Amino acid sequence: MSAWAAASIRHVGRLLVLAAWLVAATPGPAAAQPLVADLSDHLIAIATDFTGREVVLFGALDAPGDVVVVVRGPEQEMVVRQKQRRLGIWLNVESMSFVGVPSFYGVASSRSIADVAPRAVRERYGIGVHSLRLDPSDPDDRGTIDYAIFRRALIEQKQSTDLFGRTVRPVVFLGDRLFRTNIVFPANVPTGQYTVSVYLLRDGAVVGAQTTPLAVNKVGIGAAVFTFAHRQSAIYGAIAILIAVAAGWLAGFVFRRS
Amino acid sequence: MQIYLPIAEMTVNALVILGMGGVVGFLSGLFGVGGGFLMTPLLIFIGVPAAVAVGTQANQLVAASVSGVLAHWRRGNVDVKLGLVMLAGSSVGTVLGVWLFGILKRLGQIDVAIALSYVVFLGIIGGLMLVESLRALIRRRRPGTRRSKLHHHNFLHGLPLKTRFHKSRLYVSILLPIAIGAVGGFLVAIMGIGGGFFLVPAMIYLLGMPASTVAGTSLFQIIFTTAIATFLQAQQNQTVDVVLAVLLLAGGVIGAQFGSRASGRLRGDQARALLAALVLAVCIKLLIDLVATPQSLYSVTPIEPVPTVADPSALAPGAGQ
Repeated sequence: MSAWAAASIRHVGRLLVLAAWLVAATPGPAAAQPLVADLSDHLIAIATDFTGREVVLFGALDAPGDVVVVVRGPEQEMVVRQKQRRLGIWLNVESMSFVGVPSFYGVASSRSIADVAPRAVRERYGIGVHSLRLDPSDPDDRGTIDYAIFRRALIEQKQSTDLFGRTVRPVVFLGDRLFRTNIVFPANVPTGQYTVSVYLLRDGAVVGAQTTPLAVNKVGIGAAVFTFAHRQSAIYGAIAILIAVAAGWLAGFVFRRS
Repeated sequence: MQIYLPIAEMTVNALVILGMGGVVGFLSGLFGVGGGFLMTPLLIFIGVPAAVAVGTQANQLVAASVSGVLAHWRRGNVDVKLGLVMLAGSSVGTVLGVWLFGILKRLGQIDVAIALSYVVFLGIIGGLMLVESLRALIRRRRPGTRRSKLHHHNFLHGLPLKTRFHKSRLYVSILLPIAIGAVGGFLVAIMGIGGGFFLVPAMIYLLGMPASTVAGTSLFQIIFTTAIATFLQAQQNQTVDVVLAVLLLAGGVIGAQFGSRASGRLRGDQARALLAALVLAVCIKLLIDLVATPQSLYSVTPIEPVPTVADPSALAPGAGQ
């Protein structure tokens, strides 16, 4: 057997090991993917003692590049209201609604996002709060000065409740192929179906992408109470009253002066 | 000790909530008022959404008034007939209030409406009580002064449908307690309070009730008004957080027992002067918040809540005719 053939077999063997690792890491046609990534957990369970959670995202590249991670919560329509002074009192006067506002939004990147991707790419993929697509409910509002003001206010309000990230978190490389980042969910994280999008960029262009779902659900007593309150709201209300009457009666009985 | 509130959707320290319930419960037992006018602003202050604070507070007040009324009941200080007449008015007031609450919420003016109603009502009631109780305190110092008439006669005594309320030794038109009840019920729905701080002075000054039956009768009536409000808020708005309510009432009912014992050591005019000072303090705090330039001029509210349970029918296009 020639030296060429031996080298070739070694090479194929190495590829097979890599392929096996990729297959193990993710189901599907893995060998063709430039990027694979997964989360340490796909479910965030909000129990009665929930105070926030950290989830680890890890993955591998086929060759060096930049990695950007975008986390989005379920979308909702939001109204932003502006207070003005009327007769000495601050009242909500002006307002503007936005459609498709992610209830949660966070970005992690291996380098400064301005260095990783040009503005057009950031806007297309919604990388960074300033490139986030936030459409007004009324299309006539688009592009107005008010739109810019209300959009900024929306972002600032979301950031003040930790639901939009204030900074871009780091994506850390172990070697030049393996990467990881921590996604932090605060105690007030909204429930619903989340998406975690991982983008591989080279020379300012997205060359690979993978989206992983993540569910934030209430579990245990909290979930049972919430579901019951929304599905059987009349019975829930009656039970709430009974609990209160019983508790009040019990306390009055216990503390009765003999 | 951190605990997650399922309806308010936030994590709080259970001991803080228990403590708040205890302090407010003590005051409510001391003065014979529900204490909602203190608790609702406190809950909003610690980050509970205003709508959940109002709804949950109504639930908590059911427990506080039940435990409060028991002591008065044993002493025979509850005028059931008058309480039921007031309840007729307060049921209507509560339903109207919950309806208006929904409209104001959609218009984005509910926070200002809540704060303004607080300032107006607390200002008027607190001011009147302070003046009256100070006058009584001064009169006590000078025993020589003429004793005032038992009650003054005015246009309120000219209303029709006069009825005798034996327990309170009253002979008044039933329209008057009905109207007082209606305003009280309205306040429960809009402000998340039992309305005691309005009912007690209204019953003393407008109805001319003896002080002995005022607290017991107003608490008796508040049980039903807050129960109606709890049911409506839970059923229409899903804003009653049972976990939060249980924490508040655990602290509240215990505090209220100590409060009602302590009230025996307090003279009526002293208690009213203290309550007036407390009411005015909350009023001034809220007035400052309304007038002072807010930290942020902008507020953000979801138009529809995030769907937590996937509902395929909501996503499907509407079926044809």
